Amino acid sequence: MLSEFIQLAVTGVAVGSIYGLIALGFGLIYTSVNVVNFAQGDFAMIGAYFMVTLELGARLPLWLAIILTIFLTAGCGALFQLLIYQPVRNRPRTFLPVMIATVGASTFIEQLFLIVYGPLPYQLPSIFHTESVHISGVSLYPQYLVIIVVTAVMVALLHWFLEHTKLGKQLQATAQDPDTARLMGIRVTQMAALTFAISTGLTGLAGLLIAPVYLVTSTMGASIALKAFAAAIVGGFGSMKGAILGGIAIGLVETFGATYLSSAYRDAFPFIFLILFLIFRPLGLFGEKVSQKV
Amino acid sequence: MIIKTLKFLPFPIILALVPLFLPEGRTGAYYQTLLILTVSYATAALGLTVLLGYSGQISLAQAAFFGIGAYVFSVLAVTYNISYWLSIVASLTVTSAFGFFLGAISLRLASHYLALVTIGFQIITQVVLNNWRGFSGGADGISNIPRPALPGIGALTDLTFYWFALIVFCIAAYIVYRLRNSRLGWALLALREDEIAAASNGISVFWTKVLAFAVSAALGGLGGILYASGSLYISPDVFNFYQSVSFFAMTLVGGRESIIGTSLGAGLITFLPEVLRFLHAYTIAIYGFLIVVVVLFLPDGLYSLVLRGAASLNRQLRKATVEDPLHAKPSLVTSAPVRPVATAEPLLEIKSLSKHFGGIKAVQDLDLTICKGDVAVLIGPNGSGKTTVLNVLSGIYSTTSGAITYRGQDISNLPPNTINRLGICRTFQNIRLFPELTALENVAVGYYSKGTVGLVGTLLSRPLGYREEEVARRKAQEILHFLGFDRLDVKAKNLPYGQQRIVEIARAIVSSPDLLLLDEPAAGMNHEETAALSQILYRIHALGLTMLLIEHDMSFVSSVATRAYVMDFGQKISEGSVAHVLRDPAVVKAYLGDDIAYA
Repeated sequence: MLSEFIQLAVTGVAVGSIYGLIALGFGLIYTSVNVVNFAQGDFAMIGAYFMVTLELGARLPLWLAIILTIFLTAGCGALFQLLIYQPVRNRPRTFLPVMIATVGASTFIEQLFLIVYGPLPYQLPSIFHTESVHISGVSLYPQYLVIIVVTAVMVALLHWFLEHTKLGKQLQATAQDPDTARLMGIRVTQMAALTFAISTGLTGLAGLLIAPVYLVTSTMGASIALKAFAAAIVGGFGSMKGAILGGIAIGLVETFGATYLSSAYRDAFPFIFLILFLIFRPLGLFGEKVSQKV
Repeated sequence: MIIKTLKFLPFPIILALVPLFLPEGRTGAYYQTLLILTVSYATAALGLTVLLGYSGQISLAQAAFFGIGAYVFSVLAVTYNISYWLSIVASLTVTSAFGFFLGAISLRLASHYLALVTIGFQIITQVVLNNWRGFSGGADGISNIPRPALPGIGALTDLTFYWFALIVFCIAAYIVYRLRNSRLGWALLALREDEIAAASNGISVFWTKVLAFAVSAALGGLGGILYASGSLYISPDVFNFYQSVSFFAMTLVGGRESIIGTSLGAGLITFLPEVLRFLHAYTIAIYGFLIVVVVLFLPDGLYSLVLRGAASLNRQLRKATVEDPLHAKPSLVTSAPVRPVATAEPLLEIKSLSKHFGGIKAVQDLDLTICKGDVAVLIGPNGSGKTTVLNVLSGIYSTTSGAITYRGQDISNLPPNTINRLGICRTFQNIRLFPELTALENVAVGYYSKGTVGLVGTLLSRPLGYREEEVARRKAQEILHFLGFDRLDVKAKNLPYGQQRIVEIARAIVSSPDLLLLDEPAAGMNHEETAALSQILYRIHALGLTMLLIEHDMSFVSSVATRAYVMDFGQKISEGSVAHVLRDPAVVKAYLGDDIAYA
């Protein structure tokens, strides 16, 4: 009973970490360029497919495949912003058009990968090629532990980058006030590209980490991403720890809900949780109150 | 009003004739079902015209309402054998109730949060429809859904049902058209353009948003009913997130603010995959690509392109008759009107008012009395808390402590729309007009609080509604002319700065308030414009309005104000006539500092 509970908790935290990583990427783009990117999940799918090609196809060593995948996905993200965001960046009232454009782009990307890789799903091997490890009666799937550890490391790295490097500071300055940042000599256009690259790179990493648990299909990103959006809201937009904690909360709600309440309603639990949460805490866990200047 | 809508008659007639040109046989029958599909989609997309186009709220749950409408109708009609029309009424009631609920819980959320909550609602609905077998039949769906039996026609075939659906759609379109041009429609647009200004003009942000959601949901449900009855069978996979996105795309691609545009979008999006079929596997990819291109590069939709083309053609045809809108003449009377004398009867009393933002004491223990007939002016250095006082008075900020009494009634912490209805209107320091509305519409929104006809009256086309709209329009016109403004049909965003000020003042006085609050009306104006503005304030004062204004331009202040209050660091440091306060050493010190004595 207790061992089952611990197993579920580990699963929930691991799946939640994936949601958290994607929510983090989502929040990065949202806070810096005010774009709600509905194609975010597709970059998880892109990461997983690149991993399929590099690990199973090209038979590269695991570490090299992972690094290459992250950089390739980040490159796709930079290209994505060049096509979707840059052309309309300076127009007024672009929020809605860009948002819907990302939805259209998401359809496009999914179909593109469906055409290239075909409709059959791929299975990526787990990073440690074992089925489970047993720690005092609790059997754990090692991939979950990998996910949790890697997420923690990535969050620490990102935090260090944003707070303690010059480039990170420039990125934050651009997010807070692009016009002033430009006056200070920061190359705002490059910063936008970098933001998208970091954001989608993280999401690609999330995709390749979760791929051994799920199957790699062209639609795998979409359903994960919707829950990541929920995580971003629960955590409060623009908060790093909020995104991760929100992700873990959503992961736990989903896992426990599916096991103890009803597996059929698995996909509904995160959103029921979200709606209840918003009724009682409309700004999320760590969201800042945005006051309008009158 | 009905006469006015007759010019749209060609559209439904053309649509009704379309089936007659379809090929014979199976292809024709297939296209016939696509036509029914289009009409049902267009009806649902009209809901988004109201929600997204008019009120500016984002919803990605239209397919959920489409599904709820379809399912409630089908379950009642099939499982419980309830009559066709009663099932429709019940289904519309349930979907509006869901829309009401969704609108109410998302009240406090900004637009992007709202979008994601609607996605959540969409997914929950999808999961429930798939799993609640007792209600929805699960993945098997519901079959044998009836079509209406009309007297004299009998059971409807695909062709006659298409006509039936078209009539339903036209009724829905008329209702939306009616809504757009009513007092409520103006309120929706005002809300979309600027929530704070809308609230300050007597519009309840909460109820108006909820109303938009409920109407939108009902239209989604109506579309769902047409869909269910048209295809005779429903299953949950139609009502998914992608269908919601598709509805959204229809509205945006066609033109979110236009009924014709939305219908056009529905037709395009439904038939586009058929047209692109020769691309085989690439169909959906191209479809996604087209949405990106249209949405990014034609943000007002395809129909705006048609309209622009028609307008330029029109101009070509009658070049000479185009009037230059720039030669508008200010018809200001220059002789000063007789101004009322201030009485001793207090209209507004502020007692030890404080407003703190965290540790910042923006206003501290302020006492202020404005008597009927006063033109009181609040002056003080930058950051002394003047605008905060105005924002607290008009209900935009809550008080930290203290009391505000207006006509003997405590009005502190009432919402802005309630304060507006009590007869206190305001303008803003950085002009908050509704940019996409014309000058006349802007001012007509100011008359909102005087109207009485609500949603039901509007939808039933109560004659009183038309009369009220006519009055609002006439009042707006009168006030604008009174202020020497005659570019009534120019969008606010295209007006020069000085004229925007005039329109904003007109909006604030059109409902004949007793107290007018003006936040730096002369800011950014040149000498002539300021002189014209004092004339305008004289005329408004002559109408019997009491005013409280914030101003920096001292010659302007001297010419209009009857009483002055000076603030510094959130506290009142002097009051009296303008000449008196300007000589007060405390005021001189506040503006110029201590060193002035040694100069």
